[in-house]
Amino acid sequence: MFALVDCNNFYASCERVFNPALNEKPVVVLSNNDGCVISRSNEAKALGIPMGAPAFKYEDVFKREDVKVFSANFPLYGDMSRRVMDILSDFTPEMEIYSIDESFLKFDGFENYDLREYAIKIRQKVLKWTGIPVSIGVAKTKSLSKAAAHIAKKFPDKTEGVYVIDTDEKIIKALKWLKVGDVWGIGRRYEKKLNEKGVRTAFEFTQLSDQYIKQQMSVVSLYLKRDLLGEPILRLEEAQSKKNIATTRSFDKNYTKFEDISERISTFAVMCAEKLRKQNSCCNSLVVFIRTNKHKNSLKQYSGSIKVKLPFATNSNIEIAKFANSALKQIFKEGFEYKKAGVIVQDFSDAGVVQQNLFENSDQRHVALMNSIDYINRNFGQQKVRLATQDQGKVWKMKQENLSPKYTTNLDDIITIKV
Amino acid sequence: MDFNVNENSIKIYTASDATDYELPYIDEGISAGFPSPALDFDDIAIDLNKHLIKHPSATFYGRVSGHSLEGAGISDGDILIIDRSLEPTNDKIAVCYIDGEFTAKRIHKHNNELWLLPENSEYQPIKVEANSNFIIWGIVTYVIKSV
Repeated sequence: MFALVDCNNFYASCERVFNPALNEKPVVVLSNNDGCVISRSNEAKALGIPMGAPAFKYEDVFKREDVKVFSANFPLYGDMSRRVMDILSDFTPEMEIYSIDESFLKFDGFENYDLREYAIKIRQKVLKWTGIPVSIGVAKTKSLSKAAAHIAKKFPDKTEGVYVIDTDEKIIKALKWLKVGDVWGIGRRYEKKLNEKGVRTAFEFTQLSDQYIKQQMSVVSLYLKRDLLGEPILRLEEAQSKKNIATTRSFDKNYTKFEDISERISTFAVMCAEKLRKQNSCCNSLVVFIRTNKHKNSLKQYSGSIKVKLPFATNSNIEIAKFANSALKQIFKEGFEYKKAGVIVQDFSDAGVVQQNLFENSDQRHVALMNSIDYINRNFGQQKVRLATQDQGKVWKMKQENLSPKYTTNLDDIITIKV
Repeated sequence: MDFNVNENSIKIYTASDATDYELPYIDEGISAGFPSPALDFDDIAIDLNKHLIKHPSATFYGRVSGHSLEGAGISDGDILIIDRSLEPTNDKIAVCYIDGEFTAKRIHKHNNELWLLPENSEYQPIKVEANSNFIIWGIVTYVIKSV
């Protein structure tokens, strides 16, 4: 059996743990740069604020309804996630951390356990220890456990946050209830297409012929169909290094000058390089993109992106920033107001076994230099050592107007207790 | 190069440096005497985290502001170690959320009434009313103070 443990409205819940005055109030958390809504409390959902809503479009609603708005505080959410995952790992030897707020647990050899009772115990422990409410779905396949967690979350009163699909009748009932767009792995991508064919529920999806699914969708969708029907096809994934790393941000305002955007691209490139070194990888190619504000139709629209293959594998700040900037030169066009840009590094190889190239190689002196930079930045604060092409504090500041304290990762930010 | 010294054939070769053979580096230096008896016990430094924090996933810190717990050795500016996993049993010092702020007090249940007791005669006990917005957030396990 599998369990999917899903933290409810995770970022908003993290804010509430350290600020209980937010309980029962509408809370939203905005993405980097206060761009759009990435987490909503149930009260905020009830106000009709959609996921991904651009913050500027909802400013009136926030004001009128007294919505508590927060800038994303990822150091806090990351630490709280680590705590939740730590607690979950006590309940089974086999676990897959699926995202910052979701985990699959595998229960092999738990035949004598009442899994509903066990899941309620898990839920209570996570809530008591961390203050984070979770929903848990239990079923014999991963995709069904996901569906079960969805049900647990939608009907908290009836399910007490835990739903177990343990009979064929319950499988059918769940599949008939679940909208096809909410099926894990089908998502919004195929939803429209399937709806047009009259397929609205997960159950109707499982009634499609294998041939149709394979031809019109993908082989993965076919596996999913069998998994949904109760045949455990999807396995627990081993923890693995990321396949690509992206750093993308909306700007605090529109930029038109190449130099300003080039500075951002350098900074994003350095952030990617740091993440590469953390997982001991080098990248062999990178993607750079820029675009205007697609929410403002009155502006001239442009978006450009380019993928470049690097002449050698590298994780050096200097080299990646250099390649990213020469890529930017190829897509940048004068006369547009740019709002967003990003750098994505791809095609990783192990930093230990870098293939030497006959003509051009990564500068090996950078390895020691990057070690030193990482050491200094780790011990003396983020970004003490920067490239000259990076942000010198002049051009750009991340918009974080409603940032909460780093309650758990900075001693100056811990909660104040009045006694 | 190699050459024969005599008919008994002692061959002398020059050392080849074609391959590396790394020798382990021995940190204590090479001495002909007795090896340090402390070597087998090199992991017994005191790690305060291990002693003060029994449940890392449930442990948080808070800074004290105020004087109502002077009698319990908790003063303005101290750091409290708070363990959320512990049960709020009678007479524990708990971090509570009441009237829109965090406070710490000794919790005392008596005749079905819950009281928050100060440890300073200048402060009054607080009775928790049934309809108040009250949360026991965690239990204080240790105080860190600079002296």
